[in-house]
Amino acid sequence: MKKNSAWAGVYMALVLVLLYLPILVVVLFSFNGNPGRTANFHFEGFSLQWYRALFDPATGYGQPLRTSLMVALWSVALSALLGSLGAIGLVRRPVRRSILGRVGNLALTLGEQIAVLPIMIPEIILGIALMVLLTLFGIPFGMLSLVLSHVAFCVPYIFITVRGRLASMDPGLEEAARDLGATPLKVLTTITLPLAMPAVVSGCLLAFAMSMDDFVISFFVNGPQTNTLPVKIYSSVKVGVPPHVNALCTVMLVVVFLIVAFSQMLQSGKLRRQERRDNRDGRTADAQD
Amino acid sequence: MKPDGVTGRFQRSREALAFPMIAYAAVFVGLSLLYVIGLSLMTRGEDFSAGVPYTLDNFARIASPLYLRSLLQSLRLAFFTALFCLLLGYPFAYFMAKASARARTWIMLLLIVPFWTNALIRIYGWKILFAANGPINATLMAIGLISRPLKLLYTEFAVQVGMVYAMIPFMVLPVYSAVERMDWAMVEASRDLGASPARAFLTVTLPMTLPGVLAGLVLTFIPSIGLFFLSDILGGSNTMLWGNMVHNELLKSRDLPFAAALSVVLLALTGMVILIYRRMGGRAENMVF
Repeated sequence: MKKNSAWAGVYMALVLVLLYLPILVVVLFSFNGNPGRTANFHFEGFSLQWYRALFDPATGYGQPLRTSLMVALWSVALSALLGSLGAIGLVRRPVRRSILGRVGNLALTLGEQIAVLPIMIPEIILGIALMVLLTLFGIPFGMLSLVLSHVAFCVPYIFITVRGRLASMDPGLEEAARDLGATPLKVLTTITLPLAMPAVVSGCLLAFAMSMDDFVISFFVNGPQTNTLPVKIYSSVKVGVPPHVNALCTVMLVVVFLIVAFSQMLQSGKLRRQERRDNRDGRTADAQD
Repeated sequence: MKPDGVTGRFQRSREALAFPMIAYAAVFVGLSLLYVIGLSLMTRGEDFSAGVPYTLDNFARIASPLYLRSLLQSLRLAFFTALFCLLLGYPFAYFMAKASARARTWIMLLLIVPFWTNALIRIYGWKILFAANGPINATLMAIGLISRPLKLLYTEFAVQVGMVYAMIPFMVLPVYSAVERMDWAMVEASRDLGASPARAFLTVTLPMTLPGVLAGLVLTFIPSIGLFFLSDILGGSNTMLWGNMVHNELLKSRDLPFAAALSVVLLALTGMVILIYRRMGGRAENMVF
């Protein structure tokens, strides 16, 4: 493989600058000393006033943050269960020749397609559909409606990640365990689940990020007392440009940066250990794939 | 694999594990979407309800200049969003895949942070940048290019920039994973056999990374039609996306059947795009990374 030219580096740097431009503006203005309470873009010295305003209970971000975290934790836990079991059940399906068997297989395929639909259709459609369905069922809008809705769009992330991992797994491992007398439950807990675990974890991380980030679906199914953080941000940002939102955004950016940096460090650490092991075994790192 | 014997029975009992996921998706995704389709064929009732008689009036109402204009504007914005994301994102993903492992870790980190940061926050940064008294106008006026502030905020241009900005990670990530998985020996072989770099790219690299490109196009095109919050924040009342129409009918006019009909149109559009995607060999797996 050829190396990149210098122009490639320049191009990537330019795109990254554009990607960070609005973010840097937000961070910069979060330290604005200008006392104006609405859109005031004249930068007047360094100040932490908007951070004070943000953490002032009167601004009211505590409850939305708690709601978002609770919804994300519950939905990820439930989706991990549904999605992982779904992936284990559907990854390698036996061929069936009987009419009934074919109908059954078709039903499973259809079910699978419906389960992954939420990542393909626009969020606004799912939001409205869930809103009318929850109304039809008489489920009150609040914590419960938020969790039920978030599970619907978190499941596909975990399902697809875990199924991908299981599909690349050697089926002989499970068959060997069966031949050696393990019960199906034992095979599941000692072979399948441990092998699927890394994918379950990364699927959960992705689903957690999606749940914390979701605005559209939460917007349609939240209750009067249960705003999630993105819904609260939307109602602040839509009408004006309140400067404390800059401070909030900066805090969220720092949190996301730390989480992503931490997970990247874990991954590259694992990669390096892997390379060392490979070198010790007299193989080159390139031979891995 | 034989469908019978120990393994066959094992596989069959295992499919039951997928039942909770499929049942959940059948109710909260399948049934809710069917309910929306049903609602779209009903007549508006009192106080945010719908009832008999069944009618096609809602769809007849959509065939008016107001809605057709909004549909065209939405499709145009979504089309150019997908196009600009491809033109900007493909080279980025390509260079990224060719960078050294260490550089790749860093670029990935820099790319994922905005991706995991709430879209509202990132859009909000553009609102500051585009404001009449914001940094862009201030800079242009300081260097004497313009004498009066340009109207940037609340224009279709602002919405287009915001959309490309919000969607570009969804192009870069699938293309990147396609380029990374690509067999470079094929490209080298075509070069050795005398193909020019441009020809090698067009006839070898591009076709091999097509699955990533297709996933990226779908992932940037479809959501763009429904991003009502983006045009609320950057477009004001000048840009009415299809998503805004649905949102307004539901929460402002409180016309449930008509909002459902508007959603069904968007759902049908999405279905067509996914069908084309499937027909061209696209898979759901390419959409999760």
